[in-house]
Amino acid sequence: MMSQASPSRGDASDSRTVVCAGFIPLTDCAPLVVAAHKGFAADEGLTLELHRETSWATIRDRVVFGHFDVAQMLAPMPLARSLGIGHIKVPMIAPCALSQGGNAITVSADLWQRMEGAGARLGAAPGTNGAALAAVIKARDRSEPLVFAMVYPFSGHNYELRYWLAAAGIHPDRDVRLIVVPPPMMGAALAAGQIDGFCVGEPWSSLAVDEGSGRIAATKADIWRQSPEKVLGCRRDWADANADTLAALIRALHAAARWADDPGNRDALCALLAHPDHLNVPAGVIGRALTGRLIAAPGTEPLEIPDFLAFHRHAASFPWRSHALWIYSQMVRWGQVPFSAEGMRAAADTYRPDLYRAALAGTGAVIPNASAKVEGALTRAEPVAAGDKTLTLGPDGFFDERIFDPAEVEAYIASFAIHTEPLDGDAVRPADPSGIR
Amino acid sequence: MSQRPLRVAIIDDNHIRATILMDGLREAGITDITVLEETPGLLKRIVDIDPDVVIIDLENPSRDVLEQMFQVSRLVSRPVAMFVDQSETGMIEAAVDAGVSAYVVDGLKKERVKPIVDMAVSRFNAFSRLHRELHEARTELSGRKVIDRAKGILMRQRAMSEEEAYATLRRAAMNENRKIAEIAESLVTAARLLGE
Repeated sequence: MMSQASPSRGDASDSRTVVCAGFIPLTDCAPLVVAAHKGFAADEGLTLELHRETSWATIRDRVVFGHFDVAQMLAPMPLARSLGIGHIKVPMIAPCALSQGGNAITVSADLWQRMEGAGARLGAAPGTNGAALAAVIKARDRSEPLVFAMVYPFSGHNYELRYWLAAAGIHPDRDVRLIVVPPPMMGAALAAGQIDGFCVGEPWSSLAVDEGSGRIAATKADIWRQSPEKVLGCRRDWADANADTLAALIRALHAAARWADDPGNRDALCALLAHPDHLNVPAGVIGRALTGRLIAAPGTEPLEIPDFLAFHRHAASFPWRSHALWIYSQMVRWGQVPFSAEGMRAAADTYRPDLYRAALAGTGAVIPNASAKVEGALTRAEPVAAGDKTLTLGPDGFFDERIFDPAEVEAYIASFAIHTEPLDGDAVRPADPSGIR
Repeated sequence: MSQRPLRVAIIDDNHIRATILMDGLREAGITDITVLEETPGLLKRIVDIDPDVVIIDLENPSRDVLEQMFQVSRLVSRPVAMFVDQSETGMIEAAVDAGVSAYVVDGLKKERVKPIVDMAVSRFNAFSRLHRELHEARTELSGRKVIDRAKGILMRQRAMSEEEAYATLRRAAMNENRKIAEIAESLVTAARLLGE
C-alpha cells in the first residue's frame, strides 16, 4: 500500500524544516527557485530542497509516492489525480498558483509561410492566425494531417492549443494530429519535419525561433489573458499532516513571486534561472518571457505582449476555483472524463483558496474576497474587493470573447460545437498509426 | 488476449543498465525485446514495434510521450494502460522507488506483467547498488590518494617519517571528529594556498 504521509524531515544541523520540491526546468519555475535561493524559504523557517526532473509523469509519481513533498505542477495535474484519470486516484490539492501565461504556439517556417499566404501576421490576434491555419488545412490535399505537439495530456498547453484550433473550426482530434513531445526536443522535432507546430512553455519557443526553425503564431496570454498555468501541487494527506509547513511555504512562495515579478530584479532572476542547475540556457533568451517582449521570427522586432507571464501581479498566485472548474470543463469537452456533478465538485475542491488565505492572513498580502469569478468578464482593468485593500484585476478575456461562468459549467461545455466523445474501453479507435512521422 | 509470446520494449539511454535488464528478461524466457534510443521519432518506433510492455527509466523525458499513448490516445490501435487498478499500487511504488516505470497494453493479465516488472525493479536496484559501490570505491581511491599527498607534505615540511605523518593525521581526525581523508584534503588545500 502507499506509504503514509509523514511529517517533514527536520534537519539536525539547524531547526529549519526541510521541504523536498520537484520542478521542471522552465522559465515559470521561478517562484520555487527564487524561494529556495533568495532567502524567502529561509525567512519562513524552511529549507527548500529543489529536485530537477525531466518529465511530468515522474513529477507526479514522486509526489504520489512521497519522494517529494510538493512540486511545480501543470494546473490540471492535481485535478487529474483527484479524479483518478489516467493513473491511480490520489487526492491532491493546489493551495497556491505559481504562474499565469508563459506558453506560446510555435509553427515551422514552412507552415508559417503558408499561413501568411492565407492572411496570418506576426503578432496578429489568435482569431486571425487561427483562421489562416484553418484555410491552410482546408486547402491541403487529403494527405497526412498536420502534426502539433504539446507537453502532456493534462496541461494548459493541451487545452489552449485545442481551444485555439477549435475556435477556428479545426477539430483537434480529426483535422490535425496531436502528440506529446518533451519540451527540450520540440525545436529539433520541428526542424526535422516530424511536427508542424507545438505549444510549449518558455524558453522553448524563443529557442526554436533563435535556431531558425520556429515562428511564434500565438501566445497563451493572447488566447486567454491571465489564465492558469502552473500550481504548487501536493498530496492532500501531506497537506493535512504538515499544515504549518505548507502555510510557511505558501508565504515563502508569495514573497518569491513578488520578487520575481519586480522589473528591478529581472537581471538577477535571468542569471539565477540560466544557472546550470536550473534551466541551463542563455540568460538573454529567458528575459524575453519575463519582459513580455517576444521575438516571433528571426530578425524581427520583438512583439509587446501584455501579461505574457505573471507570477504575482493581479493576484497571479491566487488559486481561483473558477480556474479549476474551467480546466474540468475542458477535460470533459475533450473526452478525458465524462461529466458528473461529483467529478465537478472534486475538481473544484482540488483548488484550495482557503489554505492560501489562512497562510497569508495578517501578512498584508492583497487577497481577493471571492474564491471564484466569472472568467473573461473583465474587458479592462477593474478594482475588486480584497479586505481593506484594492486589488486590480483584468483584462482577463478569452480571444473569442466567450464567458465562463463557474455556476454554469454544464451549459458552457454544451455550448461548444467542436468536442470529443469519451472513449470507453471497448470503443473502436479511429487510429491510423501509419501517419506518425 | 492469447498467450502469444510477450513483446517488450526498453527505453533507457544507459546502455549498461538496458543490457543488464535485457539479460534478465531473456533468462525469464522473454525473447522479443527491443531497446530504443531517445529520439524525436520515438513515438513512431513504438507504434511500429507495437509492444505489450514498455519499460522506461524514470529520468527519461519520453515518459510523457508514453503517458499520452496510455491516456486513451487516438494515436495507437491498442490503448496502453499502466495499472489503473488501485490494488496494483504496490507494484508501481516499488518500480518508482527503483527508478523505473512500466507501461502495459490494456487487457494484459497482471500475472503475466508482474514477473516483468519485478525483474525490471530488481535489475534497476542491482544497477543502482553497483553504481553506488563504484562511486564509493572511487571516493575511497581518491581519499587514499589525498592521504598519501598529505603525508608527503608533512614528511617534507616537518621532517616526519611516514608512520608519524599518518599518526598526526589520525590524531587530528579524532580530535576534530572528522574523516582522515577530510583532514588530509584540508592540509593539501592549505599547502597549495601557501605555495607548497
